[in-house]
Amino acid sequence: MNLIALVGNLATNDTLQVVALGSVGLGLAGGVLGTFAVLRRQSLLGDAVSHAALPGIVLAFMLTGTKAPLVLVVGAAAAGWLATLAVLAITRHTRIKDDTALGVVLSVFFGFGLVLLTYLQRQPSAAKAGLDRFLFGQAAAMLRGDVVVIIAMGGAAIAVLVAFWKEFKLLAFDPDYAACLGYPVRILDVLLQSLIVAAIVIGLQAVGVVLMSALLVAPAAAARQWTDRLGVMAALAGLFGAGAGMLGAVISSTTEHLPAGPSIVLCASTIVVVSLLAAPNRGIIWQVLRHWRHQRRLGLEALLCDLLELATHHHDPEHGHSLSALAAMSGGRAGLKRRLRELHAKGLVRPVGAGRWTLTAAGRIEAARVAASHHPARHEDGCPT
Amino acid sequence: MNPGLEIQMVAVIVAAACALPGIFLVLRRMALLSDAISHSVLLGIVLGYMVTRDLASPWLVAAATAAGVATAALTELLRRTRLVHNDAAIGLVFPALFSVAVILISRSVGNVHLDTDAVLMGEMAFAPFNRLSIAGFDAGPVAVWVMGGILLINAAVMALLYKELKITSFDPALAAALGLSPTLVQGVLMTLVSVTAVGAFDAVGSILVVAFMIVPAATALLLAERLRAMIAWSLGIAVASAVAGYHVAVALDANIAGAIAMTLGAVFAVALVLSPRHGVVSVAVRRWRQRRLFMLQMLTIHLLHHETGDEAGRECAEQTLDQHLGWSPEQVRVAVRRALRDGLVRREGPLLVLTDAGRARAGEVLEGLTV
Amino acid sequence: MTAENRVIPALQVEDLTVAYRDKPVLWDVDVSVPPGVLMAVVGPNGAGKTTLIKACLGLVRPAAGRVLIHGRPVEAQRRNIAYVPQRGSVDWDFPTTVLDVVTMGRYGALGWFRRPGAAERERARQCLEMVGMLGYERRQISQLSGGQQQRVFLARALVQDADLFFMDEPFQGVDATTERAIVALLQDLRASGRTVICVHHDLQTVPEYFDWVSLVNVRLVASGPVNEVFTPNHLRTTYGGRLPFLSQRADPKERAR
Repeated sequence: MNLIALVGNLATNDTLQVVALGSVGLGLAGGVLGTFAVLRRQSLLGDAVSHAALPGIVLAFMLTGTKAPLVLVVGAAAAGWLATLAVLAITRHTRIKDDTALGVVLSVFFGFGLVLLTYLQRQPSAAKAGLDRFLFGQAAAMLRGDVVVIIAMGGAAIAVLVAFWKEFKLLAFDPDYAACLGYPVRILDVLLQSLIVAAIVIGLQAVGVVLMSALLVAPAAAARQWTDRLGVMAALAGLFGAGAGMLGAVISSTTEHLPAGPSIVLCASTIVVVSLLAAPNRGIIWQVLRHWRHQRRLGLEALLCDLLELATHHHDPEHGHSLSALAAMSGGRAGLKRRLRELHAKGLVRPVGAGRWTLTAAGRIEAARVAASHHPARHEDGCPT
Repeated sequence: MNPGLEIQMVAVIVAAACALPGIFLVLRRMALLSDAISHSVLLGIVLGYMVTRDLASPWLVAAATAAGVATAALTELLRRTRLVHNDAAIGLVFPALFSVAVILISRSVGNVHLDTDAVLMGEMAFAPFNRLSIAGFDAGPVAVWVMGGILLINAAVMALLYKELKITSFDPALAAALGLSPTLVQGVLMTLVSVTAVGAFDAVGSILVVAFMIVPAATALLLAERLRAMIAWSLGIAVASAVAGYHVAVALDANIAGAIAMTLGAVFAVALVLSPRHGVVSVAVRRWRQRRLFMLQMLTIHLLHHETGDEAGRECAEQTLDQHLGWSPEQVRVAVRRALRDGLVRREGPLLVLTDAGRARAGEVLEGLTV
Repeated sequence: MTAENRVIPALQVEDLTVAYRDKPVLWDVDVSVPPGVLMAVVGPNGAGKTTLIKACLGLVRPAAGRVLIHGRPVEAQRRNIAYVPQRGSVDWDFPTTVLDVVTMGRYGALGWFRRPGAAERERARQCLEMVGMLGYERRQISQLSGGQQQRVFLARALVQDADLFFMDEPFQGVDATTERAIVALLQDLRASGRTVICVHHDLQTVPEYFDWVSLVNVRLVASGPVNEVFTPNHLRTTYGGRLPFLSQRADPKERAR
């Protein structure tokens, strides 16, 4: 499967266009709002809310008798919102910690929903099948109506977030300070929480409960690695989410037996892995490189100092020092020749006869500078170990 | 034995087996790891099946357990990079592993009994159909034997490592200093959680395992002060809810595990409201009482601070106390009435004056409070 | 007495009692701070110093008593108060830059929906210059040393153009250079008529840095000018018997040399 075929498929396939558009909208909303969930250490809120939404969906259906996307989404949002309030109330009023409260609310709500769902399914009435689709997600079965809801609700949530951007930023970074400036922190908190709930529930149908939590966490966690600005992070997270949605939907449509939800999640996970490894500065590869470079510089500086020390003991600056003497000082021959070659290339040392080395004039100045400056004393001359 | 009793037996055993490791998950603030593990054991089951092509193979259990432990390890590894927080680490790992599992199922195992619905919801009602027969003799449902074994393992390991689990849960630093490896204990606990999640899979599915593990322990936390009492409460709640939940499910003709989770939730809610020490009602009553006592103390201390000095006339007048203390006139009236009744203050014209008893009381309070 | 009474105090705390849950942390505290002083709030750990400040800022609700700022309730004076929280109170890995954090000080004056613009950023730069952090605007805040983070918080408070400053341990974990720089800045603020109230830990430096002091240990032990109130007797009452270095407390002039 090549890229051109994928894009061609997207241009011609009507169903795919709907699915891809819906997935992009979801990824965008999940990424942007997930930024705040991740920064406020509420990454697992998505998990809890999406599970807790089940009874709301079933009840909404039981009350209205329709499966219109908007009705079910409203039911899901109500239950999800109730669940976040329950978590908040439990942690505030008892000694139960937030992870346990999340677990309790998530599983009990889900259990309740499951009872309702199975109860409903065993009743002799029509038009109930397909409710569970909401749970486990069937992106490929997305309809225009679903996409309209996703885009309308996701767009509205992002619009509110942008309108209160400054306030939410302050709330996420330093709530006490926000209160000092006179902002109603409680109200802002509930508002932000509601936006996050909205972003979660609109995604349930497309990617399912388990996988929606990934769309809230993964794009934001990936975006955090690339930037140190909140605005850029939110935009990047939206972009990553939308990209994962698009790519996942397209790949799934062109491959047999590849469900869209998991495919989207794996795309998002891939973005996370790449970001964790390769993002400049924070990425693991950069960290390793930085560490390695630092070690190498320290090694060269230590060698310079060793040569300087040998030279001061000899009174003859021209005297060449053997490898074994240097090895004895630095505790081993490993890498010694390489380091000498490097210093030689920089013009700081020069060979004197076979296998014997001494500092050049420039090397002496450099070694003295290193010894005098930033290193903690190894000997009285202050050379690094 | 009739199927109803057998199902109840399975329910009770599953509930008890899950409740045990759940206690330590809750105490270690790792409750949601149970959610992550119960999802990713699916990947182990699928991989195990792809190798053995046998759904009954014991290797499946081993593979699933390994997947569970790997989830915990991956989460920890991700956290240690310090690039993401702990909660995000969990939220990144298990959806990815779960997605891989779902994709593998739909691509290569398609027509075998491993549909995602069953995985997520479980169905306890099928338990009596899968029977263990030894040499033609019917030994009851397989689930009873499997979960019974897991229950025994959980109980045995926790009895053996009781002290270690306890110390590493409350004070990992101390545990490390005493030479107990928190990492090792953690590994053991994660293995128990994984094995239990795998075993409970058929009966309760991957999401309700969380309810079975976390809710009894969370409820016990509201009712018990000591670890041993907490374990007893957890087991009691788990068993009682399993039986009650079964009957709810039968009455509604609904999913049994879901009904048990619902019952567990109801018990939790009752404890939340009525627990004698930590319940919302008793806390509110205690607050109210303490607030009344506290207001009395505030009044005496206020009078003590201002009984000398030229502002006494202003600060200690009964009429203006509400302004000085920022209380409502009603609050002032109640506090003054009690103080008069207890003989802590007396009226002198418009002023309230501390009696010797009142002065002694205020002094005691201040003495006791200084840090 | 008469002269002081006519001036409206910058901060007036009346009969303030604060309790967390059921545990009282401050009992019936009365403090009156005249404008234009640099005050230290001193007391042992857990004595309620931070709580006192938070109650003054309206961040915790008192069980009794009230707080007046320039004669009016806090809610009406938000624009006139600046706050420097403890450095550990925020997540320094938050994706934001130095300039961004300092600009947050203008959010109160901006009000709802309006975004900070060039004017706000310019003001933020001026304040960064005052704390010697110009040139760090684009740094991510986790890449700063403890002292630098403290200076950023200070700049954020300066940007508010307030006349009453509350600071929670501004010298906690900063190096000696930063400490001197911060003290100089605080003394400048006082010189320009502002009032500064600091939770402070180091008893030795109180007479050198501050001219006003409140000694707190759940209740108020004493409050007033340093040379009247900062006496061994009051300190002993505040700290109980646990003040071994009290006798060796260096003379301020001695230390300055």
